[in-house]
Amino acid sequence: MKKQKEKICTIIALIILFILVYFAQNRLDAYKIRILNLGAIYVTLGVSLNLIYGFTGQFSLGHAGFMAIGAYVTALLVLPPYYKEVSFILEPLIWPFTVIHAPFIIALFLSGLFAALVGFLIGLPVLRLKGDYLGIATLGFAEIIRVIANNLPHITNGALGIKGIPEFTNLWWTIGVAVVTIYIIKGLINSSYGRALMAIRENEIAAEVIGINLTNNKVMSFTISAFFAGVAGGLFACLLTTIDPKAFMFVMTFNILAVVVLGGLGSITGTVIAAFLYNIFLEYLRPIEAGFNLGPVHFPPIPGLRMVSFSILLLVLILYKQRGLLGGIEFTWGGFFRFCNKLFSNKKSTEGSAS
Amino acid sequence: MEILNIDNITMQFGGLTAVKNFELRLQSGELVGLIGPNGAGKTTIFNMITGIYTPTINRIYFKEMDITGMKPDKIAKLGIARTFQNVRLMENLTVIDNVMIGFHLRLRSNLASAIFKFPGYIQEEENIYQKSIELLEKVDLERCKMENAGSLPYGQQRKLEIVRALATEPKLLLLDEPAAGMNPQETKELMCFIQKIIDDFDLTILLIEHDMKVVMGICERIVVLNYGLTIAEGNPKEIQHNPEVIKAYLGVEAQYA
Ligand SMILES: Nc1ncnc2c1ncn2[C@@H]1O[C@H](COP(=O)(O)OP(=O)(O)OP(=O)(O)O)[C@@H](O)[C@H]1O
Ligand SMILES: [Mg+2]
Repeated sequence: MKKQKEKICTIIALIILFILVYFAQNRLDAYKIRILNLGAIYVTLGVSLNLIYGFTGQFSLGHAGFMAIGAYVTALLVLPPYYKEVSFILEPLIWPFTVIHAPFIIALFLSGLFAALVGFLIGLPVLRLKGDYLGIATLGFAEIIRVIANNLPHITNGALGIKGIPEFTNLWWTIGVAVVTIYIIKGLINSSYGRALMAIRENEIAAEVIGINLTNNKVMSFTISAFFAGVAGGLFACLLTTIDPKAFMFVMTFNILAVVVLGGLGSITGTVIAAFLYNIFLEYLRPIEAGFNLGPVHFPPIPGLRMVSFSILLLVLILYKQRGLLGGIEFTWGGFFRFCNKLFSNKKSTEGSAS
Repeated sequence: MEILNIDNITMQFGGLTAVKNFELRLQSGELVGLIGPNGAGKTTIFNMITGIYTPTINRIYFKEMDITGMKPDKIAKLGIARTFQNVRLMENLTVIDNVMIGFHLRLRSNLASAIFKFPGYIQEEENIYQKSIELLEKVDLERCKMENAGSLPYGQQRKLEIVRALATEPKLLLLDEPAAGMNPQETKELMCFIQKIIDDFDLTILLIEHDMKVVMGICERIVVLNYGLTIAEGNPKEIQHNPEVIKAYLGVEAQYA
């Protein structure tokens, strides 16, 4: 009975989201839409990183690498043949990339699959490492991907990158992918398999002696995480329309990590909120880089100042609210209704006292 | 039926021999105590049986199958469960989740049916939940099922760990000082509980315990270890009067007293 009610609530919420996306896509200006698109892509990236880091407890810094893989796969699959001829100036694009072509949705799916395959192959040896060592190894992996992209001009066009990628990405795609990502990863977390992952996070030895295979479960989590990072990379490529290896430097992973930490490790709701806040915040702070007056003091233009101020904010948050913005609370319909009830009854009682 | 056969194993850590030529055969349904002073090598023996360490020399057989060098998760699937001397729970997960995790190794539903909540999976999950509640009721932890495991008092954490081990549906249960940190009343209840589960769950138990009352009270057979060597084996009476044991083990106790 209760499950039924929650299902209906979810469907209503999705319909409302659908209407909101419709209006946002048609009424908002391109600049705002872009920020929302980025926010939604960060939701996918953040939730997938949270799966491996927040829920499975494996410190992975490879997300930019998986994103890069996804971005290049999508770019090569959706790029019109004309652009494939003109933009590869250093070295001509080699067969079969010259002829393969796929619709956006298939390109995204293949991006995910390819990233997942690489994740699986990398994860198998690397996930034996723990903590900082794993972080460094995965960071190294992401760098390797970037260096490869830089040095395979007849596939990636080297440092020049790929230009003229069709701008397929819109709010339908980014929000749609984010919703699917949340649905699947939440479904995984709230299952026996998800419990196994959290058991590994909590205590590896205990998990092992109650029959949980560490390698299999870690690799499974890592592979799924890589899949969604790859899909997000594809969305990213078709949002920017230009990609080059510089777009996938460590800063990219840092941004995603910041979103996950901001929202709280192991909190999907937190990640969603943090992903949008982060992107809106960074845009909002853009003017300060142009220089500003604070009372009588004049600050000259300092590029990168918004990242600095963001980092300070993150630091303060980590110091004072270690479990993230929401303190580890997860959204549930039950909690939502309790919250509404409280609001409502408060209102009533204040009204009562006023009269 | 012989359920465990430890064949003369030795465990060395660098130059230190933690366990030397250890032999033990357990019959199905037995409750055997393993005692000895600090550092005697008791926990190390558990670690070898459960696959955390591999013996340096010789082999271990479980139901006549050679399990030496197998991974812990595989050994757990074969039917050996244990608790730890310094309780290892999933502290940030709820009490009920801690028990339900124990059933994961017997899960039949695949990943996709678990993610997308196919009816078969929902049914299985429901069963696991019911069985977990029943297990918690046996140790009076049912009412705090939604609390975090880490927030329970120490004695209850120990009980929870035993229950989690039972959830894996073992044939052989290894308990590493289960009464440590419990008050006399709790200890008494625990003794009853241990004796009860042997029959209820068709178990064989190997028990490490410092509390002599516990071991002497419930074990039919006791093995005494000192500096990695087995110095005595027999029923509680024999052990109590064995001069070697008095010298090595009870002598230490007397020193403490
Ligand atoms: N991983 C390890 N590396 C090195 N030495 C170890 C290791 N594990 C155990 N030892 C050593 O082996 C010996 C036996 O340790 P063990 O933990 O088995 O003792 P125990 O009988 O369980 O003692 P206690 O009653 O204190 O729990 C000790 O000297 C210990 O320091
Ligand atoms: Mg010990």
